[in-house]
Amino acid sequence: MKVLVAVKRLVDYSVKVRVKADHSGVDLAGVKMSLNPFDEIAVEEAVRLKEKGSATEIVVVTIGDKSCQDSLRTALALGADRAIHIETSLETQPLGVAQALKALVERESPELVILGKQAIDDDCNQTGQMLSALLGWPQGTFISKLTVKNKEIEVIREVDGGLETLQMPLPAVLTTDLRLNEPRYATLPNIMKAKQKPLEILTAEALGVDLSPHLKTLSVSEPPGRKAGIKVETVDQLIDKLRNEAKVI
Amino acid sequence: MALLLIAEHEKDTLSPATLATLTAAKEFSVPIHVVVMGSSVKKVADDAASHEGVEKVWCVEDPALSYPIAEQMTKTLVELGKSYEFILAPSTTFGKNLLPRIAALLGVAQLSDVIKIDDNKTFVRPIYAGNVLATVRSDDPIKVMTIRPTAFDRAAPGASKASIEAYAFKKPEQPTATFVKLEQSKSTRPELTSASIIVSGGRGLQNKENFTLIEQLADKLGAAIGASRAAVDAGFVPNDYQVGQTGKVVAPSLYIAIGISGAIQHLAGMKDSKVIVAINKDPDAPIFQLADYGLVGDLFTLVPELISKIGK
Repeated sequence: MKVLVAVKRLVDYSVKVRVKADHSGVDLAGVKMSLNPFDEIAVEEAVRLKEKGSATEIVVVTIGDKSCQDSLRTALALGADRAIHIETSLETQPLGVAQALKALVERESPELVILGKQAIDDDCNQTGQMLSALLGWPQGTFISKLTVKNKEIEVIREVDGGLETLQMPLPAVLTTDLRLNEPRYATLPNIMKAKQKPLEILTAEALGVDLSPHLKTLSVSEPPGRKAGIKVETVDQLIDKLRNEAKVI
Repeated sequence: MALLLIAEHEKDTLSPATLATLTAAKEFSVPIHVVVMGSSVKKVADDAASHEGVEKVWCVEDPALSYPIAEQMTKTLVELGKSYEFILAPSTTFGKNLLPRIAALLGVAQLSDVIKIDDNKTFVRPIYAGNVLATVRSDDPIKVMTIRPTAFDRAAPGASKASIEAYAFKKPEQPTATFVKLEQSKSTRPELTSASIIVSGGRGLQNKENFTLIEQLADKLGAAIGASRAAVDAGFVPNDYQVGQTGKVVAPSLYIAIGISGAIQHLAGMKDSKVIVAINKDPDAPIFQLADYGLVGDLFTLVPELISKIGK
């Protein structure tokens, strides 16, 4: 089984971003960039499928400018076999990305596509669902467990009400939640080896897709901050404050 | 042109998140139609029709809809949705799982987690775990969006009685996922996203046994229980207790964070709470920067003391 994993390079999860003074966007100058944590989990799951013998080849893809090749090299170091970079200078948004991935799926014919459930910069949580709908393939979103059974898979999804189990035929689209696995660290030899693995560069035009954004960000701002609170010394003081000042108990 | 609200329902009524989405829908000042899908949804349709502002309720019934599988619902909703100007759903796992599919097949963008409607094409939504708010404009002919339920009050039933019409189920042509089972955490406590008080525990509890402290305090206060990602990852509590960027977003009147340091991903899920209390042994924990009342010390002595004194 061939597995396609889609990844995004974005601001590292530990960075607290700042809004630019003119409110036109977020200041990304000199900020540490990483592979989206959910996508790292997606890569790890594909690698585990290969280690178990369920997957035969792992192709990793990203869409963006040249700097995004970092994230492809990271994925290759983690165990992906080859990489595809769909190069664009446009701002990537879920619909365009899903359309480009659909075109790539038609070219590559994987039996399973794994994506992170959301990118932690725009927090959209859309691309996997859009891709599933465009392809007409079943979807398993926000999954915390994957079991492959011949031409069928079973997934456990993290939903508001608890844990949901679904069964579906292949091919299918999956999106990862945090507890699916704990990604490994890339070892130095694997990082070196990743530099030799194939990385193909494509354009959106070659795939016949239009990546023009549909949504325009007019401005960004920081949310109103909370007033700094006070420290209380004792439990009695806390109860008194909650009863008589905040009046919440 | 009108607005289509895709209802999430539980048993015979609209879910609280759907009621919040209805309040958001009213801000568009266009007729509101609600679509209810299931194997037998007459009672839900009646509930939807009883809410003020709802003009029409579409009722889609089929045995294939006995459990909400997104692929089963998509074709019907795309057919129905293409004659609307706005399509809304709550930003719950139900809405997030379903709505991007409808948008993609209509060839339009989707906006996630809208918290404010500036006008009929301009919306505010959180990005970067809620550390930044983006004002976004959509010029697509159909605006498809999920609404963050904590940002809007829940609509109350009114005197109005909207018309209820059947809409034919369109069976999907392609393979779909099938439902196997749902493991629900059994609890007699209030539901996390609609509770007025939440007691939340984190890594500081150290183990599952100690988490009973959180339960005892919650029961004393009639509160729901929440948890940080660390507590869920460590297996202290099930996944549906998780509050944060990738878990549930809550905004109760009182949020008590115990043994939670306050990673930005957790703060993203609770910082709109009215009053925040933090109990933590580390005086420099980031949670104290947004807590209204902070208590520094050992939770294993402070929480039992709180439990014994708070009910008096």
